[in-house]
Amino acid sequence: MMTAPHSGSERPWRRRREEAFRWAFLTPALVFLLAYFGYPIVKNLMMSVQEYTTRTFYTGEAPFVGLANYATVVKSSVFSTAMANTVLFTVGSIAGQFTIGMALAVFFNKNFPLSGVMRSLMLLPWLLPMIVSSAVWKWMLDKDSGVINQILGIVGIENIPWLTSTDVALAAVIMVNIWLGVPFNMTILYSGLQDIPDDLYEAAALDGATGWRAFRHITWPLLRPVVSVVLILGVVYTLKVLDIILGLTEGGPSGSTQTLATQSYRLSFANFEFGQGAALGNILVLISLVFAIVYLRMTRSSAEE
Amino acid sequence: MTHNHTRRPWTHTVLGCLFLALMLFPVYWMVNASFQPGVSTADLAWFPIRPGLDGYRAAFATQGPNLLTSLMVSVGAVLVSLTVATPAAYALSLYRVRGTGAVMFALLLSQMIPGIVIANALYSAYNDLGILNTTLGLILADASLGIPFSILIIQAFMRAIPMSLLEAARVDGAGRLRTFVSIVLPLSRNAMITAALFSFLFAWSDFLFALTLNSNSVARPVTLGIYLFIGGYVADWGSVMATATMASVPAAVLLVAAQKYVAAGATGGAVKA
Repeated sequence: MMTAPHSGSERPWRRRREEAFRWAFLTPALVFLLAYFGYPIVKNLMMSVQEYTTRTFYTGEAPFVGLANYATVVKSSVFSTAMANTVLFTVGSIAGQFTIGMALAVFFNKNFPLSGVMRSLMLLPWLLPMIVSSAVWKWMLDKDSGVINQILGIVGIENIPWLTSTDVALAAVIMVNIWLGVPFNMTILYSGLQDIPDDLYEAAALDGATGWRAFRHITWPLLRPVVSVVLILGVVYTLKVLDIILGLTEGGPSGSTQTLATQSYRLSFANFEFGQGAALGNILVLISLVFAIVYLRMTRSSAEE
Repeated sequence: MTHNHTRRPWTHTVLGCLFLALMLFPVYWMVNASFQPGVSTADLAWFPIRPGLDGYRAAFATQGPNLLTSLMVSVGAVLVSLTVATPAAYALSLYRVRGTGAVMFALLLSQMIPGIVIANALYSAYNDLGILNTTLGLILADASLGIPFSILIIQAFMRAIPMSLLEAARVDGAGRLRTFVSIVLPLSRNAMITAALFSFLFAWSDFLFALTLNSNSVARPVTLGIYLFIGGYVADWGSVMATATMASVPAAVLLVAAQKYVAAGATGGAVKA
């Protein structure tokens, strides 16, 4: 813990000046945080118990309706689909991202020529604007002219309507999201692997533990804290994914890729039922919050160690 | 796992190339298609053997103003973000007294709030303030994407600045502000570059605020342009891919020119916070 210099011998007026200085430096950021994170949370809570529609923007009237918006949203037939899709999307994306990311992290952790350059280039999908990626994939997954079906055609597989069939659209969207998330998983896991000392592996090798056994008995236990962080951050980030789904399918066909996030967007900005959009948004926040708190507790306890 | 690197280094390199090719194929396909406009997509060549710039011409004609908007919004967001984040990072890193923990907690939490919740509330606020469909509105909203990240990155860096340096400056009679401007800022240059690069990328990539806080073409960034492009039936994927390629340039430049900052940002934001 650092303290300000001279803190022991400071006279009261000087201490007050320190305080004033500190607040002057912090205030702009606090104002911004309050305006762009604090206010929206509060406003969203208020909107969710109001009948808040386009009319509100003209009349300024938004009558209090209690929990009616929540009831409408939860009872709607779309809700259970969106909930199930959100779970599938999140679990599927994370399972894929993590497995591939971990495999690549272990692979790149071996030193070989050009490994550093390759590892950097692997980051590109993560740095591209998501809407760019979804444009490219939308075309690659096109039923008739997409390159994916062309490649599959070579092995004799008939054209698959990736984004237009209710059966495969969710799987296709998950696949694209896995592609997007691999670099992040790989990078964090790789830096975790780098922190494991080499001599542990050397000692284990003397005992005959190499390859898979070394991974199971050394890498995995030592990497566990990093793994937990990656997985929880993955959940929190995946729950709020919007760009990819809107870009690829807009939640369709017939709701088969609608998640809580896209449905909340739809309610507010397509149906202009801002109160209902807010209610669904708050349900999403509540779910994220559970994971966020687990994450914060974990990082906090590991920081204190 | 460096113990077996002498045994078969080049097999790993070859394997690595294969993984990289698989991973980057969509990016290649985008660039490839951008140079073959007007070609019916079914007979698109695997390599741009006879490259043409028609796709780029078409893309510039329709998306030129949007690219300019993106640039203005992103640069503006970086300026706002750094101006707000750097002093805050300094205050948080040097005066670790009561309240610091709460601010850090709020910063981490803010990065986890779903964007749609923020957009939902901002829409009505922006409507009241009359800044819907304005560049200024987008700059401020996009700056909010970079600020928490920037504070976390910069303050982690500033905490490593030796106290003795700052005390020496004070002994020499430099005030708090002087110390900040002439010692802390120059020393924090790398962290500020990282923060600026990522703030730029966050703003440049922003789609949600562009989508929700704009309903006309006055302040339309290129991400929204692409979305509107692919929303309906696409006749000319060549020019869509040319637009997509141009929208990818900042990411590519960042990756090539600022590798060490990218790696620092990628891991710093998540783990070392």
